[in-house]
Amino acid sequence: MEPFTKLTAIACPFDEINVDTNQLCPTRFNKLPVGDPYLQKVMFHDQRFTRDGERRNTDFVFNREPYTKAQIIVADRNWGIGSSRESAVYAMAAFGIKSVIAVSFGDIHYGNLMKNGLCPVRLSQQACQNLRGQLFDNRGATITVDLKEMKVIAPDGTEFEFDMHPLKRRCLLEGRDDIALTTQYMDNIKTFEAKHHSDKPFMKVQEPE
Amino acid sequence: MAGKTLFDKIWDSHVVTEVEGETLVYVDRLLIHEGSRHSFSMLRDVEMEPYRVEQVFGFADHYMPTETTDGGIPGVKDEKIRGMLELMEKNTAEFGVRNFGFHDPNQGILHVVPPEQGISQPGIVLCGADSHTSTHGAFGSISFGVGASESGHIMATQCLWQQRPSTLRINVEGALPFGVYAKDIILGVIANFGVGIGVGQAIEFAGSCIESMTMEQRMTVCNMTIEAAGRMGMIAPDDTTYEYMDGRPYAPKGTLWDEALEYWQTLPSDEDAVFDREETLDVEQLVPMVTWGTNPGMALPITGIIPSPDEAQDEDQRREIEVALDYMDLRPGMGMAEIEIERVFIGSCTNSRIEDMRAAADVATKGKAKVETWVVPGSRSVKRQAEAEGLDKIFTDAGFEWREPGCSLCTALNGDLLNDGQRCVSTSNRNFRGRQGPNGKTHLASPAMAAAAAITGKLTDVRTLG
Repeated sequence: MEPFTKLTAIACPFDEINVDTNQLCPTRFNKLPVGDPYLQKVMFHDQRFTRDGERRNTDFVFNREPYTKAQIIVADRNWGIGSSRESAVYAMAAFGIKSVIAVSFGDIHYGNLMKNGLCPVRLSQQACQNLRGQLFDNRGATITVDLKEMKVIAPDGTEFEFDMHPLKRRCLLEGRDDIALTTQYMDNIKTFEAKHHSDKPFMKVQEPE
Repeated sequence: MAGKTLFDKIWDSHVVTEVEGETLVYVDRLLIHEGSRHSFSMLRDVEMEPYRVEQVFGFADHYMPTETTDGGIPGVKDEKIRGMLELMEKNTAEFGVRNFGFHDPNQGILHVVPPEQGISQPGIVLCGADSHTSTHGAFGSISFGVGASESGHIMATQCLWQQRPSTLRINVEGALPFGVYAKDIILGVIANFGVGIGVGQAIEFAGSCIESMTMEQRMTVCNMTIEAAGRMGMIAPDDTTYEYMDGRPYAPKGTLWDEALEYWQTLPSDEDAVFDREETLDVEQLVPMVTWGTNPGMALPITGIIPSPDEAQDEDQRREIEVALDYMDLRPGMGMAEIEIERVFIGSCTNSRIEDMRAAADVATKGKAKVETWVVPGSRSVKRQAEAEGLDKIFTDAGFEWREPGCSLCTALNGDLLNDGQRCVSTSNRNFRGRQGPNGKTHLASPAMAAAAAITGKLTDVRTLG
């Protein structure tokens, strides 16, 4: 996983609320393996293309320049609700997205972004509105997401501070896959498990008779 | 010190360690399905075996054909779908995961089979590679959906890093009126409190209505917690829970059952437990609900009127209503019961259990299908039971199609799709744009309401059918 530290890039304002992961990755693309070249077309596929992927909807924001090169999305509330499909994040990554700023996220999607090295940033409703306003006024403007300093820098230089759980932040900053992190705690896991199963033996899987 | 909630008790007993504000939580059961290929690839990448393979259960459901399973996996025509089914068999065999697969006599949906098998239990932490894993919280467990990387992580370590969610209790009070079902309650909760009410929260459903529910009704309520953006839904275990579980294949037996029961009885939230937030829903005023828009919060009583963007509370919501009306091809002021439909789907992890089949069959006796109507049981066990009760015959006599178990037209992954732009009444859980097929228009409702729509060809108040 690539580390995420600081990114200055074109940001696309997207002001729909409650964007679900079915929009981010229509179900029929769930079977595409990571690395499949078609994944580049999958994010918002059915709004960007005809069903067969042949023709483009040139009105849709992610098909319009300069947003085909956007690496940051500034959204609104409840980004990524619905299905747990990680393919939504694979599609975003394949498009080139590296960070999403939103008021709130679907919980599972938030975790999925993290696991794939994309940086989710929670900012207030006001801050998101302010950022989107600036981006609408200055098409193609860049913003900066600085995970080290935990701030977002708007096109006009305004800084918005954000919060992230320290461990998640460290994983992103170091580009660390957390199986490696967790295996450092295998002794804790074994100790916990031994006690858990001796205190509550009924919690072990009982094979059917 | 204040008492503990059901959530607190389970969480606190599963903390392996805490590091920098995150908790390493022990996971007692993991459920995976054909879409979990990435989780197996991760294990291969890090050259690890599943740490506790007996705690992992596989299910063939998302890609299962529901027209026929004759001819086995080689009989599945679509090469990519067949590939997903084959891959699941291969991966689970290679890593030694117990798989309720294509040929298993108890194959079915990963949120229908584990309760039937006694895999879902009170007091455990259960994760599933599917957002509707919240279903199993009906047994008084911490149950939540995870992504493919997270389920790979659980396979490797049997643990997951989590932040402790805050708690919300929704007290559902009163007796269910005639024609009103568990599905109407959860649609009512989401419509009342919004699709965002549960973000980052563990929701406990309590109150007199929940207490009087069967396990299957409780599962329907917890299933759709995720549609309120809740991290998990849960219900305190009680005698209803224990009676349901007793004697199921994976349930504790003999003295272990006695020990388990003694422990489970300590789990319900203490009288003086404090929740971060509490809400109440009175069900006595509740009317059968149907969604009109493109997320599950856009639901109305069947007696309701399609809303106007002018009713929105803010600019964002106004835009959302406009987009939804346009997509759904509806106009403000229309009566819900005026909407004509083209398809009906009765099934999914929300509503495909035996009580759902009975509720739909009861309505099916009152007429003949006016539109193409599918009934897809949630598991082979549900199918056998329904056939033993003669429900399949009632359905086919009414012109409904009785199919093989799977996720079918809820996820629309297995080739079951609406035709372009069709309008469908569905007992599933999501009415997102395109969810059931390209430009498909989904109206979510209970099995009884779906069967009522099937025999009238439009959204219909099931209470008026007598």
